[in-house]
Amino acid sequence: MNYFELFDFPQSFELDTAELSSRYRELQRAVHPDKFAGGSEQEIMLAVQKTAQVNDGFQTLKDPLRRAEHILALRGLDISHETTTVKDTGFLMQQMEWREALEDIAHSSQPDAMIDELHTSFAAYQRDVFSSLSALLASHAEDDDIKAADQIRKLKFMAKLQDELARAEDALFE
Amino acid sequence: MALLQIAEPGQSAAPHQHRLAVGIDLGTTNSLVAAVRSGEATTLPDEQGRHSLPSIVHYGETDIQTGYEAAAHSAKDPVNTIVSVKRFMGRSLADIQSGEHQHAYEFSASEHGLPVFNTRQGQVNPIQVSAEILRPLITRAEETMGGQLEGVVITVPAYFDDAQRQGTKDAAGLLGLKVLRLLNEPTAAAIAYGLDSKQEGVIAVYDLGGGTFDISILRLNKGVFEVLATGGDSALGGDDFDHLLQQHLKLEWELQECSAQTNRQLLIEARRVKEALTYADTAVATISLDDGRELQAEVSRAQFDEMISSLVRKTIAACRRAMRDAGVSVDEVLETVMVGGSTRVPLVREQVAGFFGKTPLTSIDPDKVVAIGAAIQADILVGNKPESDLLLLDVLPLSLGIETMGGLVEKVVSRNTTIPVARAQEFTTFKDGQTAMAFHVVQGERELVDDCRSLARFTLKGIPPLAAGAAHIRVTFQVDADGLLSVTAMEKSTGVQSSIQVKPSFGLSDTEIATMLKDSMKHAKDDISRRMLAEQQVEAARVLESLHSALAKDGELLSEQERNAIDAAMADLANLAGGEDADAITKAIEALDVKTQEFAARRMDNSIRQALAGQSVDQI
Repeated sequence: MNYFELFDFPQSFELDTAELSSRYRELQRAVHPDKFAGGSEQEIMLAVQKTAQVNDGFQTLKDPLRRAEHILALRGLDISHETTTVKDTGFLMQQMEWREALEDIAHSSQPDAMIDELHTSFAAYQRDVFSSLSALLASHAEDDDIKAADQIRKLKFMAKLQDELARAEDALFE
Repeated sequence: MALLQIAEPGQSAAPHQHRLAVGIDLGTTNSLVAAVRSGEATTLPDEQGRHSLPSIVHYGETDIQTGYEAAAHSAKDPVNTIVSVKRFMGRSLADIQSGEHQHAYEFSASEHGLPVFNTRQGQVNPIQVSAEILRPLITRAEETMGGQLEGVVITVPAYFDDAQRQGTKDAAGLLGLKVLRLLNEPTAAAIAYGLDSKQEGVIAVYDLGGGTFDISILRLNKGVFEVLATGGDSALGGDDFDHLLQQHLKLEWELQECSAQTNRQLLIEARRVKEALTYADTAVATISLDDGRELQAEVSRAQFDEMISSLVRKTIAACRRAMRDAGVSVDEVLETVMVGGSTRVPLVREQVAGFFGKTPLTSIDPDKVVAIGAAIQADILVGNKPESDLLLLDVLPLSLGIETMGGLVEKVVSRNTTIPVARAQEFTTFKDGQTAMAFHVVQGERELVDDCRSLARFTLKGIPPLAAGAAHIRVTFQVDADGLLSVTAMEKSTGVQSSIQVKPSFGLSDTEIATMLKDSMKHAKDDISRRMLAEQQVEAARVLESLHSALAKDGELLSEQERNAIDAAMADLANLAGGEDADAITKAIEALDVKTQEFAARRMDNSIRQALAGQSVDQI
């Protein structure tokens, strides 16, 4: 399923997310099973299936990481089910450093400051990788698609780190 | 906001007809029914003017009593008086017995490990008890509104899992009710407030009922209620406050070893003291024992606050998690809505106001607000307000996963995903010539199967015998708008749709369902075949009506030949629907379904195109 087509957008990484949300709402109004609550079983079943597609499409296009993966999949490079590996040693070193910092939060005398600092450096790093990803996807060259896949893998690592940071933050309150 | 309302062709063809539908808040402690009448949603009182019905069922020598009448038996006949049945819905007997509360009931296990209450009228399960609570509410509604109901909206805690939702729907099914939607309680509360004030922004709904706690973070935008995140605890509520206070009194009075009856008396007194402490700084608890002793104890609000503070803290921690899941910060929250009688407890209000930094909304009675919202939604769903632009987008409350090697869970759909949702997962065989594969579906957030709720087990049969790893089985998990799961599977190389029988872990066996239906008939003075016929006739009318309006609206999507085939099948069905043969009607509906599948799909695609076309026009 090509979600760009479903939402009538050009197949591009740059996307107006406000416009996406507004089209999502209109599509939901058209197909949501609640619109067929008094209808036949068949109508309701079809509405459930369509709405599930619209929902999945929205989630895919809304999240830049999944949007990028979807673009690559449409170009024949499906990396959504692979186990993630990155060979860039500089990146791996940086990951290890951040992981150690995460573990130190619990024993730190100023956990809030550490959390803020990590948030800032994660965000800066992700911004850089995203802008490189955007340029790579725009070039439409096969080599660049492979490089883009690598950037996506890095961003997946970052997403995991961010989850762990959020959990560490929660632990402070509980 | 539309200035002009132009009726669509087909919709105006039928004369305007008000359809009867109600919203029901099937609560742990109390239940209510509400309806929109003369444009206003209100709860419906009984003949004595009482709005809420205690969710209590008493199985007497000859009859079944509910509500206040049943409550009168609560202290004297606890074994045959079922209170807070919602806590048992969709749970296994093992779940219940591992809980910390003491129950006066005598339990047995059903075929699949469901708890059944042994009453003097025999065994009854939580679904049947819930149906008994619904029955007087439906009667009340039909008498007040003067006609048969076309559908109901029933509310459930947002945190309810699949088994609990299915149980609730089955309870309505036992009474032959059409459930238009299972609506999350917090969403219902937001509807009750949101439509009046036309707010736009983030709303937090804090719902502390008798037996459950829910926190929901919603976004309101141009008539769309979008649930961003939900959280909570399906086993935490005001009843827990009562139990803590009961424990306190037992210690105070040295009554550790007492009868089930004294226990129940203590609980009732604890509840009274809790309510008194809402308005006073101290309250006096009293009890008269069988041996003639009269005991008294003073409880202060400070003491009570201390008893419940760790429970209240748990709810605030859940609020914090839900806010994070929703990706919003506390200062973005426009309003906090309070739902459920337990939000009257002063400590609860203080802590919620403290966390969200603003005084919560309490202008609609927190006991009625859910039923009122459900009534508004029922009125829309049944078709009384075609011009309404209200749309509810709900999320899955708990992640769905499947068991993998070593008792680990692989998540298939994660929590807070907007529903309906469909996810496909591929599996492969690990032995040469393997023709069957067993699956175990669980719901929950933990990594180990044992820490999650078991939802269903099924075996996929008929896989073509191939080398290990050569067969690719695609299993699709679909969750509908009510949050209910269904599973289908297909072997990819052959395209063979394999049949799966999903056995809900805590569901009912076919024989149990048949027995329950028979039992419910006994009381309804009806018989099964008549009811089956009536149900098929109603479904036939529904199919024909929706098809008529679809043809009037989108008939041009069909060729003449296609149209003729559909017209003929419709005439067949209309003919049979007037007769007495339920099976023949069922078959005619199925035949018509097959003939209209393509038409329905074209209409759906067409409405998608139109929705987007409308969008582009808006932008110009």
